[in-house]
Amino acid sequence: MGRVILHCDLNNFYASVECLYHPELRNKPVAVCGESELRHGIVLAKNQIAKSYGIQTGEVIWQALKKCPNLVILKPNFPLYIRFSELVQQIYSEYTDLIEPFGIDECWLDVTQSTGILGSGRKIAYEIKERIKRELGLTVSIGVSFNKVFAKLGSDYKKPDAVTVITKENFKQIVWPLPAKDLLYVGSATEKKLSSRAIYTIGDIAKSSPEYLKRILGKWGEVLWIFANGFDTTPVTPPLFEDNIKGIGNSITLPRDLTSYEDAEYVIRMLSESVAQRLRQQYLKCFTIQVWIRDSFLFSITRQEKLQTPTFLAREIAQKAFEIFKKNWSFKNSIRSLGVRALDLVCANSFYQLEFDSLKKFKLEQLEKTIDRIRKRFGHTSVLPAVLLTKPDLPCEIALHNKIHPVAFFK
Amino acid sequence: MRKIFVEVYAHFSKEGEITPISFVWLDGKTYEIDKIIEKRNAASLKAGGQGIRYKILVRSKMLYLFYDENRWFVEFT
Repeated sequence: MGRVILHCDLNNFYASVECLYHPELRNKPVAVCGESELRHGIVLAKNQIAKSYGIQTGEVIWQALKKCPNLVILKPNFPLYIRFSELVQQIYSEYTDLIEPFGIDECWLDVTQSTGILGSGRKIAYEIKERIKRELGLTVSIGVSFNKVFAKLGSDYKKPDAVTVITKENFKQIVWPLPAKDLLYVGSATEKKLSSRAIYTIGDIAKSSPEYLKRILGKWGEVLWIFANGFDTTPVTPPLFEDNIKGIGNSITLPRDLTSYEDAEYVIRMLSESVAQRLRQQYLKCFTIQVWIRDSFLFSITRQEKLQTPTFLAREIAQKAFEIFKKNWSFKNSIRSLGVRALDLVCANSFYQLEFDSLKKFKLEQLEKTIDRIRKRFGHTSVLPAVLLTKPDLPCEIALHNKIHPVAFFK
Repeated sequence: MRKIFVEVYAHFSKEGEITPISFVWLDGKTYEIDKIIEKRNAASLKAGGQGIRYKILVRSKMLYLFYDENRWFVEFT
């Protein structure tokens, strides 16, 4: 029996949730935008009416207002979106336990084993769609197919509130005429390279030889050829079985530019607190620290270094990250965004060479685990390093957004 | 359709089941819930919101009572 994969994509997720709670806005163009005073002033989501004005996700607020002066702009309410995302996942879990989230509003479901009891993939998809509409007041687009890539294409094919079934028999009619950029992992640079060689559609990719694509795009060329021909066999992997997380990181665009090492140290400390806490939650330690810096001209660099021994201590991560930062940044330009990432992850209780001050490190680990417990009970800001109270114009925590992070297709 | 938040007296069972018993209306009076006709997750598309929806009978009038994130509201025309 072939696989039956569903890709469920909630339509205009943030905007739909807002319109559900504000019925008076339902017939108006609505956009959920980052806070412009914190310089996150871009469109995060828009409703169908705003879409008809040509407003796009990622657009700056003033550009959106130029296209639609009566656009209703709302601030994001992430805890509410996370609640809805969890409610949707509860519905999915009644159909299969093989659920792989792909961001906050998208999921793959492998319902192969459920089809014997619950009916075909199409039937399950329609049932899920109707339940989400009735129980949560949201619409969803669902792609049903025999692999993850085509299921995703299916959910993008017809929007909103639609089910598209792509089978081994009909994929050449549905998928192949679509533009190449609709295929997973074809970004604007790849699209340019392909179109310069007269490869415009997914069908053109499928009909090219894998060797030729490899010559143009490297190993990704071959991957795209596999995707386009429907040979993708990537399994749906629930996060529970995700034993190969590549890294844990946080980054932030700051309300003001950073102009000094003191500022940078503050932000690095704040980010490291969050990264360390997430490492401890996952029972992981890291061997490598990476720092990402983007300046006020949107030029960015990434630098990384190895640690002597693996760690999940915020102070060690912050110390190393700041060391890397000082080596690589001279403040010719001010900084707009900063990120800290922990890489080369190992299990927290795996064996490694002891140091002379291992006992001291063990005590610090116990201390930071205790801080986690206090934060869990009384909130993240109940215990903070004193340094994070010194700059009221910069944020002192990032934990709120930890649940919302993009997920990679290849893990 | 209006959304009216109300104070509710409810029974919480050992199993975690919540059963509303009565609520305080805008006039300050407490109204007993005579019967719960249906209970399910639902969106309140007209009043705005989402939660556990109780279709209830109060003095022979049918109402929808929602439990949305620790708050109760009634859909009222």
